[in-house]
Amino acid sequence: MRLTQKISHRIAGRLSAGRRSRVAAPLVLVLGLLVTGGMYAALSPASAQTRTADQDLVAKGRALFLVGCASCHGKNAEGITTVKGGQYGPSLIGVGAAAVDFQVGTGRMPMAQPGPQALRKPPVYDDAEIAALAAYVASLGPGPDIPAASEYDVSNASTEDIARGGEFFRTNCTACHNFAGAGGALPRGRFAPSLQGVSEKHLYEAMLTGPQQMPVFGDQVLTPQDKRQIIAYLKKNEETPNYGGFTLGSLGPVSEGLFAWLVGIGSLVGAAVWIAANSARSRRKQA
Amino acid sequence: MSSSNGVAPTNGTRPAKAHKPSKAGPAATWADDRLGLASMAKKNLRKVFPDHWSFMLGEIALWSFVVLLLTGVFLTLWFRPSMVEVVYDGSYDQLRGIHMSEAYASSLNISFDVRAGLLMRQMHHWAAMVFVASMMIHLLRVFFTGAFRKPRELNWVIGSLLLLLGTLEGFTGYSLPDDLLSGTGIRAADGFMKSMPVVGTYMSFFLFGGEFPGDSIIPRLYTVHVLLIPGLLLALIAAHMLLLVYHKHTQWPGPGRTEQNVVGFPMLPVYAAKAGGFFFVVFGTLALMGGLMSINPVWRFGPYNPAEVTAGSQPDWYMGWPDGALRIMPGLETHIWGVTLSWNVFLPIIVLPGLMFTILMMLPFIEAWITGDKREHHLLQRPRNAPTRTALMVALMTFYGLMWAAGGNDIIALKMRLSINQITYFMRAAVFVGPVIAFLITRRWCISLQRHDKEVLLHGYESGVIMRDAQGGYSEKHLPLPLDRAYTLTARDRDEVFVPETAVDGNGVPSPSNRKDRLRAKLSAYWYGSNIQKPTLAELEESHHHTEIDVAHEAPLEGHAADGHQFDGRHDVSGEELSTKH
Repeated sequence: MRLTQKISHRIAGRLSAGRRSRVAAPLVLVLGLLVTGGMYAALSPASAQTRTADQDLVAKGRALFLVGCASCHGKNAEGITTVKGGQYGPSLIGVGAAAVDFQVGTGRMPMAQPGPQALRKPPVYDDAEIAALAAYVASLGPGPDIPAASEYDVSNASTEDIARGGEFFRTNCTACHNFAGAGGALPRGRFAPSLQGVSEKHLYEAMLTGPQQMPVFGDQVLTPQDKRQIIAYLKKNEETPNYGGFTLGSLGPVSEGLFAWLVGIGSLVGAAVWIAANSARSRRKQA
Repeated sequence: MSSSNGVAPTNGTRPAKAHKPSKAGPAATWADDRLGLASMAKKNLRKVFPDHWSFMLGEIALWSFVVLLLTGVFLTLWFRPSMVEVVYDGSYDQLRGIHMSEAYASSLNISFDVRAGLLMRQMHHWAAMVFVASMMIHLLRVFFTGAFRKPRELNWVIGSLLLLLGTLEGFTGYSLPDDLLSGTGIRAADGFMKSMPVVGTYMSFFLFGGEFPGDSIIPRLYTVHVLLIPGLLLALIAAHMLLLVYHKHTQWPGPGRTEQNVVGFPMLPVYAAKAGGFFFVVFGTLALMGGLMSINPVWRFGPYNPAEVTAGSQPDWYMGWPDGALRIMPGLETHIWGVTLSWNVFLPIIVLPGLMFTILMMLPFIEAWITGDKREHHLLQRPRNAPTRTALMVALMTFYGLMWAAGGNDIIALKMRLSINQITYFMRAAVFVGPVIAFLITRRWCISLQRHDKEVLLHGYESGVIMRDAQGGYSEKHLPLPLDRAYTLTARDRDEVFVPETAVDGNGVPSPSNRKDRLRAKLSAYWYGSNIQKPTLAELEESHHHTEIDVAHEAPLEGHAADGHQFDGRHDVSGEELSTKH
């Protein structure tokens, strides 16, 4: 105890002696910056993980980008502004690899034509090309990375996870995507797409990056566990049989009303015509 | 046929054998001595009803109501109308451990853990949809054929009330399971009530027993749903059918059918079999729908939580049209003395349905006043023979249909890749323009059909036989209508435009009802003015004369007809065939 006191006194004395040195002030400044930067890097809420990407992959991605993406997003992915001040294609700096993996992996990018919203279609690029594009965009600035398989694996989800995922789903998702994830309309021709048959990885990436009209559900809003539970709920619904019979599109009362009129009233009026046509006194000829 | 009374069934040569007396006879006598129903039954069991498919549309409503009663009783055995918070512990994994109201938990229980519970729930819901829909098509049939005219105006009013009550009954039932969709619906209804100036908030607090949602709305709606409205519906259905029996059923005009008789088949055995059979058809159809088609999957919605909502939150179809009015209404609000008057809610959802329903109930009286027709009517009219009335209903249907479509604007936008904003803008104009266009087209269409009827009566129908005359010209031969068909077409009244009495009487005193009469004369002239009346006797005789000249003109060809000319409709051609030689 006494020894540590002695040593600390001695260090304090040395430091104190050098405090008027010419290099003291710059040294403290550099030290302070290093500590602040280090602390920020360690404790920052932004999940700006940057993986040192393979330079070849980045180069390959850049080559693909210049051919397939640059016409809208700009040669350096800086985005292109239209004459009226709108965006022809947004800047991709900082959107991260996850955004590329989602947009290109679900076929939304490259867009087939301009429109209110990019539509899902068979992907144009194969997995290796998507990985290269993602590596290139990720190299432009820090952004959310493609989640590891363990992050969206829901094969071990418990019943509690699924029920809790349902609660998160109803609170955050149904307002746009509908109770069954069948999709819903948004203003001016935009829409929340159907979630049926979307892969776990793409569901996770959509929440992480907020593609198109969708808000970003960052890890502070929905933790990785919450996201996993939502995916578990959706996947559980996909494997649950439709207990009521044909779902009629799971669109709610509008499609039910349509079927009540077409099937219900249609067949019953048909039956009325049939009953009235078979009069009691007219014996139908035996064919 | 009957041999139960021991009388010989035939006039055969063999002697008749006495049968053992049936046990039904003494039993019936015993009952009749005490109830005295035989004389009533004797009269009514043979009551005659006319036969036409469109007379059975109301029956669909009646039988689906029976299905509603049967399945509804089943559901009450397990449903718990309580808003007590419970933790779900049933068979449905996705909701296990979730907090919810007892009403929702028992709905899940009926769906998953009560045998046939889901089938009963779905049958009940489909039956409700079909019940209201069939009331509406029945209403349209009654209106288009003029079956609402004197003496049946009050039955029209009762029918309108049934439609209103059926709609309210549907809404209360939709609200009971306390799922996310139900709760959103109740929340909307709460907002509608609160949009009423002055009384709105008081009514809302009274209904909910405090602020929304409280814990009394589900039990209260349950009482309304299973006791109050079904009781009223039963009473009004009984009155509706008693009046039907009292007035006797209307019939289409035709040979032998008059305003004084009813031509058709007796209740027993024909209609008992037809109507009884139709009940099973309706029951079977609803059972198939309940078994095969998912309706209101409450387990997918989750329990009601005021913080949550789902895309595609819509009422059941019969509340869809006011919802559409609400959706396309521009956001008009007035702020006055610290109070907000929400016209954007109050006008489309409180005022408009009330106004439309009043118009619906008043239709028979409005028409009777315009036409001044105070006679009894038991023969139906074809829609074309009342062009303005038919057009009026088609205009109302167009208005309804457009509002209805606007109620599904988000689903239309989603499924047809349209912009919901453009749909809304379009509908705002279409609900005013559409009915006018529909009115004008329908009215002219009806009048041209009337013109066609008159032409067929005067000049005969197109026979399809092409005649070549001596000059080589071609013409289609028209043949006179069969007599019963011609009778049916002419069995309608001539429309009489109301002519007001002279505005000033003999002493120069203006008539007190002058202004009203002039309005009525104007309306009546529009109502009837462009109609094509049936041909007069003189016109018909003249057309017959023309036909005789035609026949005489062709007489020299008799016996020299080229092959095929014998098929001109005036010769017996039985056994003849067209020659295949050329």
